[in-house]
Amino acid sequence: MLRPIVRWSPRALCSSRARTYASHAPKARLNIPTDYSSTPLLHHSAKSALANKELPYEARNGTTSRINLFQAINAALSHALRSDHRVLLFGEDVAFGGVFRCSMNLATEFQDRVFNTPLTEQGIVGFAIGAAMEGMRPIAEIQFADYVFPAFDQIVNEAAKCRYRAGSNGGSMSCGGLVIRMPSGAVGHGALYHSQSPESLFTHIPGMRVVVPRSPSQAKGLLLGAIACNDPVIFMEPKSLYRAAVEHVPAEPYTLPLGTAEVLKEGKDVTIVSYGTPLYTCQSALAAAERDFKCSVELVDLRTVYPWDRQAVMASVNKTGRCIIVHESMLNAGVGAEVAATVQEGCFLRLEAPVQRVAGWSTHPGLAYEKFNIPDVVRVYDSIRKALNY
Amino acid sequence: MASRLGLRRLEIAAKSILHPTAVRWQPSPCIRCQRRWQSISQKIGSDRVHFPGAVNSQFTTQLAFTRPADLPGMPTYRILDQEGRIVDQAHAPPDIETKELLRMYRDMVFVSIMDIIMFDAQRQGRVSFYMVSAGEEGIAVGSASALSPNDPIFAQYRETGIFQYRGFTPADFMAQLFATKDDPGRGRNMPVHYGSAKLRIHTISSPLATQIPQASGAGYAVKMQNLRNPTDEQRVVACYFGEGAASEGDFHAALNIAATRACPVVFICRNNGFAISTPTLEQYRGDGIASRGVGYGIDTIRVDGNDILAVREVTRQARELALQDNGRPVLIEAMSYRVSHHSTSDDSFAYRAKVEVEDWKRRDNPITRLRKYLQGKGLWDDEREAALRSDARKEILEAYRKAEREKHPPLRAMMEDVYEEMTEEQVGQLEKMRGLVERYEGEYDVSRYEEGIAGLRLKEVKR
Repeated sequence: MLRPIVRWSPRALCSSRARTYASHAPKARLNIPTDYSSTPLLHHSAKSALANKELPYEARNGTTSRINLFQAINAALSHALRSDHRVLLFGEDVAFGGVFRCSMNLATEFQDRVFNTPLTEQGIVGFAIGAAMEGMRPIAEIQFADYVFPAFDQIVNEAAKCRYRAGSNGGSMSCGGLVIRMPSGAVGHGALYHSQSPESLFTHIPGMRVVVPRSPSQAKGLLLGAIACNDPVIFMEPKSLYRAAVEHVPAEPYTLPLGTAEVLKEGKDVTIVSYGTPLYTCQSALAAAERDFKCSVELVDLRTVYPWDRQAVMASVNKTGRCIIVHESMLNAGVGAEVAATVQEGCFLRLEAPVQRVAGWSTHPGLAYEKFNIPDVVRVYDSIRKALNY
Repeated sequence: MASRLGLRRLEIAAKSILHPTAVRWQPSPCIRCQRRWQSISQKIGSDRVHFPGAVNSQFTTQLAFTRPADLPGMPTYRILDQEGRIVDQAHAPPDIETKELLRMYRDMVFVSIMDIIMFDAQRQGRVSFYMVSAGEEGIAVGSASALSPNDPIFAQYRETGIFQYRGFTPADFMAQLFATKDDPGRGRNMPVHYGSAKLRIHTISSPLATQIPQASGAGYAVKMQNLRNPTDEQRVVACYFGEGAASEGDFHAALNIAATRACPVVFICRNNGFAISTPTLEQYRGDGIASRGVGYGIDTIRVDGNDILAVREVTRQARELALQDNGRPVLIEAMSYRVSHHSTSDDSFAYRAKVEVEDWKRRDNPITRLRKYLQGKGLWDDEREAALRSDARKEILEAYRKAEREKHPPLRAMMEDVYEEMTEEQVGQLEKMRGLVERYEGEYDVSRYEEGIAGLRLKEVKR
């Protein structure tokens, strides 16, 4: 059974943060930790969770359970394994439940389809591609996104090109159905090799879809969407949200569409485009900015960072005239660069301020410097101010 | 590569909620690791080690390193000698129908003739690239003949004989080599990167060894399918690679996973002595590739790759072995000599003596060896040889001339199949390309492509 949910009060959250190197400055007004129990980005009631128009009829008329992100992943995996005998789940330490508990109890139910592999990332992804090429729908887990690089060749040269090179043989010999899951992003103390967000490296690869969910309900729908998708998918799970983000999630299985953005909050003065964890930072920043500057900010969640929803983003910026892109991974050639260039091309006559990118600095995620490296509320707040005053 | 250190720090909380069944032993029908856990404890006074990592190692007080040089090299299995005679008269020769023997011979000869024609065609600039498999026809054809036509195959690129044996026609070869509209790869791959869904051979890709862990995964898929459909033909996966590719990390990953997950895969290494210019002495220092199989816990055999009967017999038995106990991997190292240059982009006399090559060509190769065997049995003669060679040549040249005149696929094939459906971004880019071609008339030659400029338009029916 899934772990009983511990309700975290903001106070408890702060003290737990303090233990993990990530306390905030005592006088901070903006840079205070996200209060996941009250953020409007999570569904705090069943009613709000079931109101999502993207949900199928059964899900909307069903019930919800209040679960965190790893439990939502677990629910999605469990459903996928139960409903399709072609689904396999494997990786390092997956059988006992996974180091982040995402595969809890699955190996006992699906003995031959949930298993540990030897410790070899290139092997895991190569194995997954081969299984997909022979008609299975494998879900490969890379323990941390930081360790996906040994599998880079298999992803770039093989998974991504499989359908293309097979041509008219691609119907039965592509590796559609392949999903590569990996925990990613900063976690407070992950330093160099437990913090990275390498999504932009995958957005440069035609043939791969790259998905980053922001919440439990989204993770469930997008993961089931990824498993159903006939293109190979990189599915990056923000590991800081595994336990922190708790919300009402529809109990019925459902898929959310890949490749479409979601407008989380409508606004008319500035568009903020982001995905994954930084959306919570953006939400805090825009709430403060709207209060302080009497402005109205639109918040767009990309959900899929490649192929991304260019039309939705351009429509939003053509409405607001200002655009800020926020992501955790470093600025240089990040997802923001692609979004900014596209916005510049598609919204040139409507832009009233330079497109801004708020991202990790062009450095490595050093242990003691995380608070100063990844985009925080102040940086997003300040960029809203700059955009409005330009 | 994954760090095991970080886990402890990051997931202290996770450890405290370990699911009880994960640590407490209870009878479990499957999970191997759980079975292992219960058995591992050091018994007092035992002469054997019971470390979890080596459960059957005897203690010794002799400090002696195991030295590879002290171990005998793994023997090479052969049935025929260089003169095509059965070496071991005590054992009956493998029972192969005459029809099958002749088919194998014809296929080897066909490939060798096509190689010569296409090598020259590349030299004349008719195709961009080519790779012959001279000297290794026996490995490809012999092993393919021992597999079921339904066994999926992953190849490297020097296994043209597999495609020939499985049913590629001269037109199929030429469509790929000339990137015509009939090429299933839709003109996207370099020549020799064949593939066929119908013949169950996965499309060849250039990156070396990537297909080896894929074969392990495919093997696992096939194993699942075998278990689900016990009354259907039980299948294995075959995977080919050279001895140079075996130095890639993917080889290591593949054999290790195949062993731990008990995948029915027959790994076939073509050890032809060279990886482009690199001789095996600079490739490895162990006893070839075969000695490594044992280290992974894989049943292994070395075979004379110039002896097609031996290759066939070894593959046949490897296939049976691979299906035992619901599946297990087997490694075959087939020894040969790369008679030809590495590719049309390589002049191998820059790094090896011509006389050495000539020696191999003349003294020992799979085609002449089988021919001598067939002649010894009265199944072949010079007349049939001449007819076979002239027919094959005619057939190939006919397909060659036809393919040379064919157009490439429509230009939209450049963008299609990247994803199942073209993306909005791609549709826009295809439009842009068409605009350019239209506005800069004369700068692009679209006449070699089906549909010409219209090929840059999306097909209406596609949506």
